[in-house]
Amino acid sequence: MKLNTPASPHVHGDTTVRKMMLRVLLALIPAIIAYSWFFGWGLLINATIAVVTALGCEYLMLKLRERPVNFFLTDGSVVVTAVLLAFCIPPLAPWWLTVLGAAFAVIVAKHLYGGLGYNPFNPAMAGYVVLLISFPRDMSIWLPPFILSELDFSLPATLNAVFLGVFPTGYTLDALSAATPLDLIKTQLSIDVTIAETKSAHAIFGDFGGIGWEWIGNWIFLGGVWLIYKKVISWHIPAAVLGSLFTVALIFYLKDADHYASPMFHVFSGAAMLGAFFIATDPVSAATTPMGRIVYGIGIGILTYVIRVWGGYPDGIGFAVLLMNLAAPTIDYYTQPRVYGHKRS
Amino acid sequence: MTSVRTIVYDGLWKNNQALVALLGLCPLMAVTATAINGLGLGIATMSALILTNAVVALIRNHLKTEVRIPMFVLIIASVVTVIELLMNAYLHELYRVLGIFVPLIVTNCTVIGRAEAFASKRSVHHSMLDGLFMGLGFTIVLLLLGAFREALGYGTIFRQAELMFGDAARHMVITLADDFDGFLLAILPPGAFMGLAVLIAVKKIIDKRILQGQRIIKVQNVQRVTGSNAPDIL
Repeated sequence: MKLNTPASPHVHGDTTVRKMMLRVLLALIPAIIAYSWFFGWGLLINATIAVVTALGCEYLMLKLRERPVNFFLTDGSVVVTAVLLAFCIPPLAPWWLTVLGAAFAVIVAKHLYGGLGYNPFNPAMAGYVVLLISFPRDMSIWLPPFILSELDFSLPATLNAVFLGVFPTGYTLDALSAATPLDLIKTQLSIDVTIAETKSAHAIFGDFGGIGWEWIGNWIFLGGVWLIYKKVISWHIPAAVLGSLFTVALIFYLKDADHYASPMFHVFSGAAMLGAFFIATDPVSAATTPMGRIVYGIGIGILTYVIRVWGGYPDGIGFAVLLMNLAAPTIDYYTQPRVYGHKRS
Repeated sequence: MTSVRTIVYDGLWKNNQALVALLGLCPLMAVTATAINGLGLGIATMSALILTNAVVALIRNHLKTEVRIPMFVLIIASVVTVIELLMNAYLHELYRVLGIFVPLIVTNCTVIGRAEAFASKRSVHHSMLDGLFMGLGFTIVLLLLGAFREALGYGTIFRQAELMFGDAARHMVITLADDFDGFLLAILPPGAFMGLAVLIAVKKIIDKRILQGQRIIKVQNVQRVTGSNAPDIL
């Protein structure tokens, strides 16, 4: 019997970029549903705008760079970028804000650096940070969860608000909006109101974080754990991000509970969960060695806490991820694992 | 030999101090949030370049090679001090806006670079021309970058023109978009880096187009040598 042995490798993994990206999107679905349940249609509309813009920009850049269009356009990476960006944009933000962010993410942060696999920064976070520092006012208008507000935002009303800037009669955007829990605690602390007083005076706080926010956090956590189980991401980065954020927050909480929020609050507020599982784990811009991933994650956790507590912005995940993206090559360089049969270099 | 044409071409395009030599980038990025600020600093730098180049060229035969750099710095510092005092007297508001960057022209590498590379070896009038066109190239880049960032950041061009041209210039302001929130990134430091990068990229594209055009002309001139036309070509 003739045995035809092909060249190695003989066993193939079944992961492709497209499959990975599809799984990431699948893992985000529970969080998207929870978000829409609490905050209305805004996220879905933002995500649609962002995906359409991102696909358009991707097509344009691939054409300009003379790369195979179909191959890259269908790999799904740009859709993940767009959806993650949509998560960071307030639900009633005007449409051009989302378009600008998605276009910047794809054109500047991704393709000017060489496209998928070459971008030193996480494109979604680059787009988000550009919006945050360019349009601080538009980017800080968040809605309270619907259980707390008497107004129910239907789909047509949301579309009107996003595309035309028209709000239901009797309401203005400023009147509708509410500070996020992180923002509220920060501004109240700056006028010497302790955290316990803030929490009892405002109804937006739940068990850990804010009402609504903490539930979205839960669903993101579940999606993230499923991703780890499916081996799309490794456990190192999420564990290091959340662990270090928790630990630093715990130290300060134990020292002075009036002025430093509880560790659970920090972990379940803002973009901590989303950042730990979906943003920091971007395989292109994160550190790649196991030890390096832990250092990278710890860096993000600590920086996030520093920016949240002492910085100028209520949340710091975006800046923390970009800063650690910068450090990732150096971290990788110093944490190379020993190759079997070689001495540690 | 240096012809006037090469000096002009070098200063404005081929060896543009901002886009090609990438010198003097600190003031370039710091003051170009508006077109008028860019223009103001550009003109100040240009005057400094012309005067220092003239003085250096005048004394070039008496300079000891070993101490030429300190001498250049002394000359530049004196010239810049004069310009600074003049600006303080006649363009006081603009001077206050530009702040530290006017005295910092002393440390602008373009100025000492031209003194060392050009003026210390050439005649006075060529050196002054070089200063003029190097400075003009630098000023144009400052003005373009300033206009670009101002248009994106404030939605206007030539705002605060009165700082430079007096109250009569208030009508110079071109408003591109009324009720414009402003794209803050453009007037923040990242906008300066990105804007400059865009300008450099545009210059490279133009250079490439010119080069391609020249190649096509060259290719057209190539003829195949055959028996019949060989005497003409060879």
